Amino acid sequence: MASLNRKSMFSRRRPFAAALVIAAGLLVTGGGYAAATTAVKAQQDPTVASQSQIDLGHKLFLANCASCHGKNAEGTKNAPTLIGVGAASVDFQVSSGRMPAQASGPQVQVKEAVFNDKEIAAMAAYVASLAPGPAIPTDAMVANNGDLTRGGQLFRTNCAMCHNAAGAGGALTQGKYAPALTETGAREMYEAMLTGPQNMPVFNDANLSPKDKKDIITYLVYLQQHPSVGGLSLDNLGPVAEGLFVWIAVLGGIIAITVWLGAKSN
Amino acid sequence: MSNATNTAKKGGFLAGTANYLDERVGVAGILKEFGRKIFPDHWSFMLGEVALYSFLVLLLSGTFLTFFFQPAMTDVIYDGVYGPLKGAEMSIAYKSALDISFEVRGGLLMRELHHWAALLFVAAAGLHMMRVFFTGAFRKPREINWVVGFALFVLSMAGGFTGYSLPDDLLSGNGLRIIDGMIKGLPVVGAYVSSMLFGGEFPGHQIVARLYGLHILLIPAFILIFIVIHLFMVVIHKHTHYSGPGRRDDNVVGYPLMPVYVAKAGGFFFLVFGVLMLVAATVTINPIWLYGGYDPSPVSAGTQPDWYIGWADGALRLAPSHLEVTTGNYTWSWNILLPMIVLILLLVLVAAYPFFEAWVTGDKREHHVLDRPRNAPTRTAIGAAGMTFYAVLWAGASTDLIATHFLLSLNNVLTAMQISLIVLPIIAFFVTKRVCLSLQLKDRETVLHGRETGRIVRLPHGEYLEIHAPLDEHEMYKLVDFIDHRPDVARPNSQGKITVSARARAAWSRFFFEDRVTPVTATELAAAHHEHEALEGSETKALH
Repeated sequence: MASLNRKSMFSRRRPFAAALVIAAGLLVTGGGYAAATTAVKAQQDPTVASQSQIDLGHKLFLANCASCHGKNAEGTKNAPTLIGVGAASVDFQVSSGRMPAQASGPQVQVKEAVFNDKEIAAMAAYVASLAPGPAIPTDAMVANNGDLTRGGQLFRTNCAMCHNAAGAGGALTQGKYAPALTETGAREMYEAMLTGPQNMPVFNDANLSPKDKKDIITYLVYLQQHPSVGGLSLDNLGPVAEGLFVWIAVLGGIIAITVWLGAKSN
Repeated sequence: MSNATNTAKKGGFLAGTANYLDERVGVAGILKEFGRKIFPDHWSFMLGEVALYSFLVLLLSGTFLTFFFQPAMTDVIYDGVYGPLKGAEMSIAYKSALDISFEVRGGLLMRELHHWAALLFVAAAGLHMMRVFFTGAFRKPREINWVVGFALFVLSMAGGFTGYSLPDDLLSGNGLRIIDGMIKGLPVVGAYVSSMLFGGEFPGHQIVARLYGLHILLIPAFILIFIVIHLFMVVIHKHTHYSGPGRRDDNVVGYPLMPVYVAKAGGFFFLVFGVLMLVAATVTINPIWLYGGYDPSPVSAGTQPDWYIGWADGALRLAPSHLEVTTGNYTWSWNILLPMIVLILLLVLVAAYPFFEAWVTGDKREHHVLDRPRNAPTRTAIGAAGMTFYAVLWAGASTDLIATHFLLSLNNVLTAMQISLIVLPIIAFFVTKRVCLSLQLKDRETVLHGRETGRIVRLPHGEYLEIHAPLDEHEMYKLVDFIDHRPDVARPNSQGKITVSARARAAWSRFFFEDRVTPVTATELAAAHHEHEALEGSETKALH
């Protein structure tokens, strides 16, 4: 009886067998697809850009960047050379909307990105093709699975004097500033450390290893994902915001109460 | 004796208790004295109460915090629930502050309540001080109480600062580092004082425990003593009141403490407590977990003290750089000494003002009717100038945030503030004085000719007139009942000599009272009324 049952279970005519076959088929094709897409992704790595991508990037560069950075990216008196800045720098500046710059000033402002991902990748590929430079970090490099505590310590030691201990940003000289890091994407953070945009110093891999950078990103992403446990954060600006709040909202509210209590009853 | 027992039985438990207490501590006399104290009704008389109630909230929430806070600077490894600090090395003080925030039930609420109450305490005390200043409530007999209140204000700043430094997080450590720098900037004694305070080189392992002792014992004890003296003097002097019919320098018009003010003040305490609780529950203050434990190497951008120390931080920021002078082996850091001198000078001026004004006016009378700020134009202008000076120093502590939030250059903001610190108080003085004088002129006009009614009447011969309605008694008192000081001239003393001090007093008197608007006299009023009646009469006649 038992042997019969067993036989029937694996018999091709049983409906259960069909389900099993389908599951196995899905597993194989799905796995294969996943493997294939990873392979395609690897091919899309900007360090191994195709010639057509570089050509598109060149075209975009001539149309949008060359007036300041020079036709061959050699730089002019208005803007630095882009030879050797690498794909990471292009990706940081263009995807954050800083480039193309809207106006000259102490610091180029963040705005809505002008180009789509494909165009940014093409420009990055073009600039990377001019001379070797820092490449765009992979998703694994910027994943938020580093050491949280160590990231916090590294952040306070290396970044807080400009970006504030809570990442709320801070002022620099002559109208320049270190922006708040409350909205910044993980890849953008890594690229900023790697390339040192505008007034930021370069934190190269000898200075802060890729693991250090990942730890810092892990810490900052944690702060972004966890709202203040104490209630409204007042943008984490610290005692100035708290002082304004207590004078305007708290004392203001209490004065309203005193006026109410002191009013003559009708 | 048997008589007393009988009345107790008749009156029930309450009367019995009252009688018991009266026979032992004379509670009837106390109640008669205090219960019949009269307090006038005005919203501006409740600002000091707000400070008092905030202080009670501070005592309650602070006591809760002492159950859990450990003021030790021994290093430990954090193993609590807050992820981003797990495994980090920190002091026991910081760890216990984190535990209060994350692991003690209601701890974060209490910590935030304590901090918000501290900010409100100093703010309400400051506003109360401004009210007292601008209404002239510091005049005889209340000069000493002004000084007591001033001491309370300074003590509250000290209490606030010692508390700010306790959690031993990065922000409080940065703040202490600035204090350390200021102390070390003192000539000769600086390094010794710093070394004694911190028990060696900054930060050492002593400072948190020492500040804790000051914060929970000495400073609150002093604040409490001064509050008792402050309130005791209010009882002795009786409360001031604003001018009105029947309100004089020898009476108080208002309601008795029992039962009206006991109920009102009791309710008001819970309102203040409620507002503080609401804010503590909904708005973050001092998120120490974001700052990390103190470590002397990192310094955070945007490091500021709590608002009441802001003016001191601002003074340091606004002081011109490169002021160091080297004499022999020693460097005089005027960039630190100069702001410290300015701060101390400002405090001394605030404390001494009542005595100065009494000297200038030579007024030895008691004053219980308050001034409207416009009726003391020079005092109001001095107050406005002082407030502006303080406000610029205060804003100076946030030059960086002003720069980033208004997209300005930090350097320009700093220069603008340096100029403003000198120029704005002068502008504030003259503008305020002129505004006060104009308001007084307008009041005079209103008293003499009545309130504008907006009713326009055309007379038969074509002339248009606006009808003015006479003021009622209450409004009239408000506008005419004020003291009119005249500039004094220097007079020779008994030896027939005009002393330097007499000359100085005359000069100050001229400065104070040269420009003045005299209150309307009864004769003027009668004359104006006569004129009006004649006019109204002719108008009525014409209309009929």
